[in-house]
Amino acid sequence: MEHIKTVNNANLKESCAKGGCGECQASCQSACKTSCTVANQECENESRKGNK
Amino acid sequence: MVHTFYLNGYYIALDVNSGAVHVLDKLCFDLLNKFEDKLPEEFPTEILDELSKEYSREELLEVYSELLELQKAGQLFSEDDYERFTDMMKGAPIKSMCLHISHDCNLRCKYCFASTGDFGKGRKLMPVETGKKAIDFLLTHSGNRHNLELDFFGGEPLMNWDAVKEIVDYARSKEEEYNKKFRFTVTTNGVLLNDDNIDYINKEMKNVVLSLDGRKCVNDNMRLAINGKGSYDVIVPKFQKLVEKRLEGENKEYYARGTFTKNNLDFAQDVYHIADDLGFDQLSVEPVIADPSEPYAITEEDLPTIFAEYEKLAVEMIRRKKEGRCFNFFHFMIDLDQGPCAIKRLRGCGCGNEYVSVTPDGDIYPCHQFVGNDEWKMGNLDDGTLDTEMKDKFACSNIYTKEGCKDCWCKFYCSGGCNANNYSFNKDINKPVKLSCEMERKRVECAIMIKVAMADK
Repeated sequence: MEHIKTVNNANLKESCAKGGCGECQASCQSACKTSCTVANQECENESRKGNK
Repeated sequence: MVHTFYLNGYYIALDVNSGAVHVLDKLCFDLLNKFEDKLPEEFPTEILDELSKEYSREELLEVYSELLELQKAGQLFSEDDYERFTDMMKGAPIKSMCLHISHDCNLRCKYCFASTGDFGKGRKLMPVETGKKAIDFLLTHSGNRHNLELDFFGGEPLMNWDAVKEIVDYARSKEEEYNKKFRFTVTTNGVLLNDDNIDYINKEMKNVVLSLDGRKCVNDNMRLAINGKGSYDVIVPKFQKLVEKRLEGENKEYYARGTFTKNNLDFAQDVYHIADDLGFDQLSVEPVIADPSEPYAITEEDLPTIFAEYEKLAVEMIRRKKEGRCFNFFHFMIDLDQGPCAIKRLRGCGCGNEYVSVTPDGDIYPCHQFVGNDEWKMGNLDDGTLDTEMKDKFACSNIYTKEGCKDCWCKFYCSGGCNANNYSFNKDINKPVKLSCEMERKRVECAIMIKVAMADK
């Protein structure tokens, strides 16, 4: 494409296929525990990681 | 839903429901901004005519076909079809705990949400037996979850350190039997750090949060000892020793974590101080959460200054990253490819459902921010109670139940914000706090822009 550059693999939809395992770190949303942004968390789902 | 924004010379489009991030040229940006929903197959004549005053028709048609191509690939105006997952966490195991090992503190920070350590319920330390019951509670309520998290919190955890060590030993002794792995963390103000507890923290704690606000004048204005003196000179050398030793060991994660207030809206200077002058490369400086009546509270009029400060910080970080010498700023961390699944993002922290707090009396609350508010007491370790109705209420709170979230582009990055913050300001866990939302959106824009800039060779 000449006018558009996509910088990532858009995989939010695919993430649901093997998602919801609950093994990832709790992502405290308050400001007091240094973890406000969910999006910075690592996925710890072994079967999802396999697709990386 | 597509969110477009211009930042640091980049025209960026985020396709919210797929997570795709696109960098556009100005023509494409202007064209895309004419559409609020899916593009029709045919270029609408009125838009084509309007933009033809500024751009050539040939180029406009070319760009339109590129946008259509993205749309067909599911990377533009993709559907939000995640609502079917909203009940998925109902009845989820409890896998994370904030253990209030000490409801006492040796500092008197002016902005403390915990009423300077006692959460309004009197100064006390958690008995070891209560801590062991908390471990048993996690072991028996965590179902098939393998990784269990336990954060030693306060007050100041080092004031009850012998209990921490006994509880850690007890938990470790149970790991094999229950096939669990405990990940301990601790949040400390640093005052009581010494060689012994530094070594213990570095050996046993997967992460450690070191509370420090930045420049001496900033830190000492808010983080005071009981005698009213600033804490900076006491804590900084201890934090430096901890981190120096930590980086030699197996557990390397840490954060120097500060709070900024209305008094230091130039908080990027505190970030640089922590990084450059003190040598910490993992850091976080976050906005204070405070009643608007407090003189240090951040208010809406501060937002333009804060936004500009975040932008300056982001630009400086790009410069340093390109030189290969940047620190890590927690709020600009974002994984655009392999971050948490959308199911996790629907509800974020999982407080009151997957995550609970336990007080020195063994009372259970949805999280540390609810502690001390009787209305939110969920149960008690001694009498074995747990309010499953309240647990379900949190399990079912998500970006589709929270006011304004469904139509907000940031929903998969903040997950509806902090339930406790929502309750504290709006008396409803499902009503996000506008001020917090505004700052979060700016941080996420900056974080995405940094990724874009780093991909730009």
